[in-house]
Amino acid sequence: MKKPRVCILRTAGTNCDKETAFAFLKAGGEPEFVHVNKFITGAEKLDVFQILALPGGFSYGDDLGAGRILANELRFKLIDSLTAFIRQGKLIIGICNGFQILVKSGLLPGNADLKQEASLIINDSAKFEDRWVYLKSQKLKAKSQKCAWAEGLPEVIYLPVAHGEGKFIVQEKAVLERLKANGQVVFRYCDERGESAGYPDNPNGSTDNIAGICDDTGRILGLMPHPERHIDSLQHPRLARTAARKEGDGLQIFKNGIEFAAKNL
Amino acid sequence: MLYNIEIKDKPGVFDAVGQGIKKDIFDLGIKSVSEVRFVQVYIIEASVSEQGIRKICEELLTDRVSQDYVINSEEKRGTETSPFFVIEVAYNPGVMDPVEESALKGIKDLRVEGVTAFKTAKKYLIKGSLNDGQLKIISEKLLYNKLIQHIVKSPSHQVTKSPDLGYKFKLAGVDLLSASDKQLMRIAKTGQLFLNLAEMQVIKKYFKRLKRNPSDCELEAIAQTWSEHCLHKTFRGKIEYKEKIPNSKYQILNPKLKVKKINNLLKSTIMKATKELHKPWCVSVFQDNSGIIKFDDKYNICFKVETHNHPSALEPFGGANTGIGGVIRDPMGTGLGAKPILNTDVFCFGPPDYPFSKLPKGSLHPKRVMKGVVSGVRDYGNKMGIPTVNGAILFHERFVGNPLVYCGTVGILPADKSFKQPHTGELVVVTGGRTGRDGIHGATFSSGELTHESETVSSGAVQIGNPIQEKKMLDVILKCRDENLYTAITDCGAGGLSSAVGEMGQDLGAEVHLEKVPLKYSGLSYTEIWISESQERMVLSVPKENIEKLKEAFRSENVEATVIGEFTDTKRLKLYYQGNLVCNLEMKFLHEGNPQIEKKAVFISPRHKEPKFSCPKNLTPQLIKLLSHYDICSKEWVIRQYDHEVQGGSVLKPLVGIVNDGPSDAAVVRPLANSSKGIVISNGINFRFGFIDPYWMAASCIDEALRQIISVGGSLKEVAILDNFCWGNPDKPDRLGSLVRASYGCYDFSRAFGVPFISGKDSLYNEFSVKNKSISIPGTLLISAISVMEDVSKTVSMYAKQAGNLIYVAGSTYDEMAGSHYFDLLKATGNNLPKVDAHQAVKLFNALTVAASQGLVRAMHDCSDGGIGVALAEMAFSGGLGMEVFLSEVPYKESQKLKGKSKNLRNDFILFSESNSRFVVEVERRNQHRFEALLKSLPFGLVGCVSGGKEFEVHGLDGRTCVKSDIGALKEAWQKPLRW
Repeated sequence: MKKPRVCILRTAGTNCDKETAFAFLKAGGEPEFVHVNKFITGAEKLDVFQILALPGGFSYGDDLGAGRILANELRFKLIDSLTAFIRQGKLIIGICNGFQILVKSGLLPGNADLKQEASLIINDSAKFEDRWVYLKSQKLKAKSQKCAWAEGLPEVIYLPVAHGEGKFIVQEKAVLERLKANGQVVFRYCDERGESAGYPDNPNGSTDNIAGICDDTGRILGLMPHPERHIDSLQHPRLARTAARKEGDGLQIFKNGIEFAAKNL
Repeated sequence: MLYNIEIKDKPGVFDAVGQGIKKDIFDLGIKSVSEVRFVQVYIIEASVSEQGIRKICEELLTDRVSQDYVINSEEKRGTETSPFFVIEVAYNPGVMDPVEESALKGIKDLRVEGVTAFKTAKKYLIKGSLNDGQLKIISEKLLYNKLIQHIVKSPSHQVTKSPDLGYKFKLAGVDLLSASDKQLMRIAKTGQLFLNLAEMQVIKKYFKRLKRNPSDCELEAIAQTWSEHCLHKTFRGKIEYKEKIPNSKYQILNPKLKVKKINNLLKSTIMKATKELHKPWCVSVFQDNSGIIKFDDKYNICFKVETHNHPSALEPFGGANTGIGGVIRDPMGTGLGAKPILNTDVFCFGPPDYPFSKLPKGSLHPKRVMKGVVSGVRDYGNKMGIPTVNGAILFHERFVGNPLVYCGTVGILPADKSFKQPHTGELVVVTGGRTGRDGIHGATFSSGELTHESETVSSGAVQIGNPIQEKKMLDVILKCRDENLYTAITDCGAGGLSSAVGEMGQDLGAEVHLEKVPLKYSGLSYTEIWISESQERMVLSVPKENIEKLKEAFRSENVEATVIGEFTDTKRLKLYYQGNLVCNLEMKFLHEGNPQIEKKAVFISPRHKEPKFSCPKNLTPQLIKLLSHYDICSKEWVIRQYDHEVQGGSVLKPLVGIVNDGPSDAAVVRPLANSSKGIVISNGINFRFGFIDPYWMAASCIDEALRQIISVGGSLKEVAILDNFCWGNPDKPDRLGSLVRASYGCYDFSRAFGVPFISGKDSLYNEFSVKNKSISIPGTLLISAISVMEDVSKTVSMYAKQAGNLIYVAGSTYDEMAGSHYFDLLKATGNNLPKVDAHQAVKLFNALTVAASQGLVRAMHDCSDGGIGVALAEMAFSGGLGMEVFLSEVPYKESQKLKGKSKNLRNDFILFSESNSRFVVEVERRNQHRFEALLKSLPFGLVGCVSGGKEFEVHGLDGRTCVKSDIGALKEAWQKPLRW
C-alpha cells in the first residue's frame, strides 16, 4: 500500500514543522515540507497530497494577530486549490498556530462562504504559557459526524500547550450551539479525572473549555495543544523513566489521519 | 495621507492586556485606577481609496470576531475618550518597528496598492482619579521607554517614515598625524572609540609610516576590531598580580614571589586546562563562534553563552531580545552552520521590591528590568522555535544599575560540516535583515562603564530584534549548507560587517563595495554601513559557480542575499563606496597591530564580620524565609512563558513534580527524535561566594554545574564547560585581582574534575556611576555545562516519588556558612566559605552515576542555595509527599574545633550550610544494600524517609523536632514571592 503523502506547510516563522513531520512519519505517512510560496507560484501542487498539516509556530511573527497573514494567503491566493482539496474528501490538521490559521481563514468551524465565525485571542492571563494539560475527547453523536482524527482515543489524553493566543471564542452563541449539536467540539480542557475545571487546567480561558474543533465533515481538525510533542513516553513529564517505552497520547491522532487517508483516499 | 487606525476589543471581550496593566499600576502603589483599556494603533501612510483602507482594516488588522476598528481622522483624536486619561506610545523615528515588514507583506497580499509606510503604536485608556505626577509615573515606569519610544502629544503622528538624511558621499579623514597626545584622546573620546592613548599612538605611528591620515572608516574599523568586546584585551594582555591571603594554602602566588607576571590570562588558565586535558571528543575549542564537541558518529553539538548587559540595562526588552537573537547566531555561524536546539538564560537583577526612592538616576526599576528581559527572551526564543530549557535568576542590590543577562544556545551540526574555510575569489554575501543606523558603536559601548548619561549618548546601541527575519534566514541557511553552496559563514554581531568580513578575510584579504549593502533607509554613510550592528544578518563566502543557486534558495523564501564583495589574496581590507576607496588596511595590522596592554591586579582577602548568634530551637521560620528568598523561590512565572517543549526533544523539563511545578536541576534534551541519546545542560553561579574569595566561587560554580548533571543521572565522562565572566572595570586593580583569582580557580577545578572549557566570554566594565561614585556589580562567574547522555530513559528527576522510600544525604557538610543564604537572611557574609575537595567529589559523583544507571535512584536533588533544608523541602512538596529526617545522621564535619571542642555543631548550620558536592537521594528500601555498597567508603548518611502524610519534619541533633510544617505551607512560601 502506498503511504499517504502529507504536506507540512511552511512559511516564515513556522517552527513545529520537523516534529510534526516526524509524528506523521512515525504514524506511517510520507511527510514533505512545502513552503507556501511554492503553492502560490505554482511550483508545487496541493492535489498530490492526501493530508495537509499546518504546524505550530509564529507565521510572520503573528504580527497583526496570530495566524492572520498566512490565513489571508490561504483565503486570497490558495482558496481554489484548498476548496478542491477539501471537496475531494482529503484531510487537514492545524496545530496551535495552524489552528489559529484555520479559524481565521474561516475553514474552521467552516461554512459555505468561509466567513470567520470564531477566533483564538490572547489568553486571559495575558501571557504566553507552556504547560501540560488534560483533554477530554468528546463522544460524538452521529457516526457520520465523527472526527476522523479523534478515533479510538482514550477518554482523557495528556498533551502540552504553548501559546499566548489560545482563548477560543465564538462570534455569537448560535455558533457554539451549532458546534455542540453537530459534534464538532473534539477536545475540551479538563482535569486529571476528566472533569471540567478552571485555570490552569483550562490554560487560556477558552469558552466552554474548548481546545480543539473539527469542521462539519470531521476531516478538518484544529487544536491548540501539541500532539506532536507527545509521541513517545520519553516526552511525558513524569513517565520518562519507565522500563518499557510507550507510545505517547498524541501519536494516535496522526495514526488516525494516516489510516483514514490510506483507507479512503 | 495618514490614516490612524484604532483596534479595540468588542464589548464583552475580556481585555487581558488592560487587566495586566491595571495590576501593574496597582503594584506601583497607585491604587486609584478602576479600569485600563488597551487599544492597538496602526498608522498607515498611503494614497489609497477609502475602500482600500477599509479592506486593510477588515481583512488584515481587525479580528472581526473579537475586535472593532475606527479610522480616526486626525482632528478627532482624543475627544471621545473621557472619562479616560489617554496615553499613546509610539516608536521613535528610526527605531525598527518589528511589525512593519509583515504588515506591508499582508497589505500586498490583499492587492491594495499605494501604502508607503506602516507603524504601530499603543494607546492606553486609564480611568481613575490621577494627578499629573501619577500619570507621569505610570507612563515612565510601565508604558514606555524614552530611548525607543515617545508619548504622542501632537494631534497626529508626525513621523511615520524612518529618517532619510539624503546622504551624499564625501570622504572624511581624521587628522592623526599632527595630533598631540591630548588631541588623540579627544578624537578617541568624541568618536566613541574607547581606545586608550597607547593604542591611539600605535595607530598614529602606522599611518605615519604610510605618510597619510586615516579615513574615518579606517579608524572605526580599527576601534571595532580592537575593542574589549571583540579582542578581550584584558584577558589576552599582560597582568602584574599581587595578593594577600591569610591561608597560604590557597595562594595563587608562589610564596617566594611578591608579584606574578601573567602574560595572557586566558591562555594561562582557561585555555591551558583544555589543552592539558586534551579530550578526544573536543572537536573545536576557542576558535569558532561556539565550542564544538562530539555527539555521535554523525553529529556534533556546539554551545555558546553570551551576555547582553548594557543594552538590557537601558532597554530591557530590546536588550534581552537582541541578546538572545545574537547568541542564536553563534551556533548558526559555527562550522558551516548548526541548527539551534535549545536556549539557556541566566539573569541577575536588583531586588524586585527595591524602593523607588533609592533608585539611581537613569536606572529602570529592577522589577521592570526583569519583566522586560523575560519578555525579550520569550519573544525571540519562542518565535525562533528554540526551547528555553534551563536557567537561573539571582538578585542583589548591586545589580540595580547594571543587570546581568546571560543567554546561551546549543546547536547540532553534521560532523563533516564542523569547519569552514573561505577561499580567494569567493564572493562575500550578506544575508538576512537590512542594514540601518541601529546599534552603531555597540562593540565599543560595551567596553566602557555605564553612566546616567549612557541612556542619551549611547541610545544608538539599543535595538529591537526581529526573530522571524532570523528564523527564515536560518531555514534557508541550513538548506544551502546541506547542498554545499557556501564554504564559510559567520554572524554579524558586535562590530557588524566590520567584524564579520574582517574575521573571515583575515588570512586572505577582502574587498567590499559598501553601496551594495541593502539598507533599511537611505542616508547612511559608508562608515555607518561598515560598523552598523543591525540584527539578523550573516555573512557567507560563496564560490562563484554556486551564487545563482544560493540566491534563488534565499529568494524563494523571501530572504535577501546580496553579493557585496570578494575575498582576495591581497591580505588587505579594501572598502569602496561608489568606486571610491574609503579603507585600505593591512589585515595583519588590523588584527595583530594592537599594543599589548599591561594592567595591575591586586587581591586582598577581605575580612567580613562574623555574625554571632545562637541556634534557634525552632528552625521552621528560617526554612520558610529561605524558601521565600528571591534567589531560591519558584521561578515558574518566568519559566512558563518560555516554550520549553518546541522541537519535541524535551525529556527532563525545567519544572518537574507530581503537578509539574518543582525546580529541576539540569535539563535533558533529545535532539534527534529517533535516538535515545541526549544532552544534559546545567549551570553554576554564585556571586555571593565571590564576596569572600572568587577562587572558591569559581570552584563552587564548577561543582554546582557538575553536580546538577549528576543529579539527573548524567556522568562526568564527557562534560564540557563554558565560562562567562561579568566583572567590574578591569582597569581598577582590585576588580582585576578578583578576576585573576577566579580564573585560576577555573583552571584548577577544570583540571581536577577533568572537564575542559570549550568556549567562553567576558563582559567587563559592568559598573554604574552615580554622582561620581562607581558601583561595580559583584564579580560574577557563570559556568555552563553540557554533557552527552547515552540513554535518556535513565534520567532521574528531583521530586519525592513514594512514601516509605529512604532518604540519603551523600557528601560531607561543613560549617561553611559564609556567603550562604542563611547568613544573607541575617545581612551577614562571614568568612568561612564552601571549598571543593575535587578528589573526593569525583569519587562520589562517579558512584552516584553508577547507582542511577543501575536504576537504584528514585529521585536525586543537588544541595545548593539554602542547603540540605531547602533541598529536602523542595523534594517533598514537589512530590506532594511528607518527609521525616534526622540531622544526627547527616555526615557533618567542622572545619575547626576549639581546643578539641565542638563550636559549630548546630542544627541550623547542618541544615543550611551550602557546602559543595552534596546530594539528597531517594532510594527504595529493597535497594538499600546495593546503594550503600556503591557508596562504601564515601561520606553518606541514611537520614530519613518519605512519609505517607503531608508533614515535613526534621529532628535536630538532640532528637527533638526543629522543623515541622505542612508541605503545602512550604510550597506556598516558595511559590509566593514571584507569583506575578
